[in-house]
Amino acid sequence: MIRFEQVTKSFPATGGRESMVAVDELSLEAPTGQITVLVGPSGCGKTTSLRMINRMIDPTSGRILIDDQDIASVNPARLRRGIGYVIQSAGLFPHRTVVDNVATVPMLLGTGRKKARDRAREVLELVGLPGDFAERYPSQLSGGQQQRVGVARALAADPPVMLMDEPFSAVDPIVREQLQDEFLRLQDELGKTIVFVTHDIDEAIKLGDQVAVMRVGGRLAQLAEPAYLLAHPIDDFVADFVGRDRGYRALGFSEAPNLPMSNEPSVPLGTTPEEARAATSDRWLLVVDEEVPQGWVEPARIEAPIEPSMLDRGGTVARVHGPLRASLDAALSSPSRRGVLVDDDGRLVGTVRAADVVQAIERVERPEIDPAEIAPTAAPVE
Amino acid sequence: MDWSYVSDHWSQIMERAWQHTILAGVPLVLGLLIALPLGWLAARVRWLKPPLLGGSGLLYTIPSLALFVLMPVVLGTSIIARVNVIVAMTIYTLALLVRTVADALEAVPNAATQAATAMGYAPARRFLAVDLPLATPVIASGLRVAAVSNVSIVSVASLIGVSNLGIYLTSGYDRQYWTEIWVGLVSCILLAIVFDVIIQVVTRLLTPWQKACVA
Ligand SMILES: Nc1ncnc2c1ncn2[C@@H]1O[C@H](COP(=O)(O)OP(=O)(O)OP(=O)(O)O)[C@@H](O)[C@H]1O
Ligand SMILES: [Mg+2]
Repeated sequence: MIRFEQVTKSFPATGGRESMVAVDELSLEAPTGQITVLVGPSGCGKTTSLRMINRMIDPTSGRILIDDQDIASVNPARLRRGIGYVIQSAGLFPHRTVVDNVATVPMLLGTGRKKARDRAREVLELVGLPGDFAERYPSQLSGGQQQRVGVARALAADPPVMLMDEPFSAVDPIVREQLQDEFLRLQDELGKTIVFVTHDIDEAIKLGDQVAVMRVGGRLAQLAEPAYLLAHPIDDFVADFVGRDRGYRALGFSEAPNLPMSNEPSVPLGTTPEEARAATSDRWLLVVDEEVPQGWVEPARIEAPIEPSMLDRGGTVARVHGPLRASLDAALSSPSRRGVLVDDDGRLVGTVRAADVVQAIERVERPEIDPAEIAPTAAPVE
Repeated sequence: MDWSYVSDHWSQIMERAWQHTILAGVPLVLGLLIALPLGWLAARVRWLKPPLLGGSGLLYTIPSLALFVLMPVVLGTSIIARVNVIVAMTIYTLALLVRTVADALEAVPNAATQAATAMGYAPARRFLAVDLPLATPVIASGLRVAAVSNVSIVSVASLIGVSNLGIYLTSGYDRQYWTEIWVGLVSCILLAIVFDVIIQVVTRLLTPWQKACVA
């Protein structure tokens, strides 16, 4: 557990600029084994807060404890070897091969070169960079690959704590999503105590077990679980920051109950037009391949056996008990207006209509508001 | 051009070339070794930078002959001692390299050094393991300039009687003997090229990642 106790950091005045408070009386706890996300507009003190945890910056006042030990009493270099650190541009060493980059901290900790490299290869595999990537130099990798190496390097010595400063913001949206998913999968396995900085509220909500929203001036605006944050932003600043479609996005946290499903007629790829027309009386027919939904066709308009290029792929598919947001999106995006639901292996289970999903949504309970937040006697939060 | 002069004096040419190499090369290494900590200080401690860079730059403006003549007085050595030239040339190397080292260290990407610190490198170890290797290409280019400059300045030492390739220039001039002047000139140029090539090859070997960038 990492605990901030009334931590303030002000940078001294330099060259005509007034001294400025980057972090103001910050108190918060990042629980062991969980992801705590610091999010807020540019300049609100996220990076400064993060860098105080590994003593790259020392607080002006207040203290920070890791597992109840005040970090001010730990030798900075030793402290840092136990804390993984990942930054936006990856910050890889251009003069070392990928495997030697990753082996850095184990070697600093005294592991022999050979053993450290073996370990590095293991971790590289873990982040999806097998074999021959190891011998390349960072300049020979794509941005996304560099970022993976950055994560691998932070993980190599198996530190209990990881600090991540916008690690995925320099890559394109598709790669970012992929990296986020892999990151969550990895965290499921490893259970690190992670403090993650981003200015992207979507990323915060997707990754955080809890989210700390900060405002400019380095003050904590709200600390809550993502679902709670979406349901009950504490003030206008947080509400604005969380965004206008927060109602819809909150559905991402609600598991779908047993939705009223219909059996959907389906045909395999290769079906002839006659067979397809016989299979349904509806305008749209679902096509599957070994029970996995592939897309929709209009039987009336086809003249040859069905092949993949003829399919309308506009519809998304949702898992049966996945988030309601996915079920609703499946229904809304489907050309037949029937949302395709699949099991965990991706096989067709049935379809659901938007109206039924909305009915289910109305029955879902929103996170209960903390009474302290609406009590008139509560200390003014500004 | 009298080719028989060259063949008759071949072993003497080689000997003087070797003396020239020592007089130019040893100061190059010493100067680099001293410039590294000074450049590091200049890059790291803000208020030390102007005096260090200004001071070392000023050294380069002292005429070489004056410095050669001054050395025995300062060091208490005999006027024709080689050590005079070596110390003086070290000063010139230093004058060129302190700025180069400071610039090179400042040009090391911040992300890499910050990451190194965050991973738990203590300052001295970080300097050797991260900053210095990454500064090597720039330092090497400064070293090439210093090497060529040393080879040419050392010839002046022949005026105070310290043996090197410059003697062919002075004695050739005294005797108005063109072959000797050509020998001095060409051998100096060749020696400068040898220095330059060696530095480039060593730099290549020390910075294998540079090739990877271009590829
Ligand atoms: N070394 C420093 N000296 C002076 N001021 C600083 C220093 N580092 C940060 N600041 C100031 O402190 C404030 C907070 O900076 P910080 O880097 O923590 O912001 P951030 O939330 O990470 O922003 P961003 O999302 O843009 O990265 C900023 O106003 C910044 O200008
Ligand atoms: Mg930042």
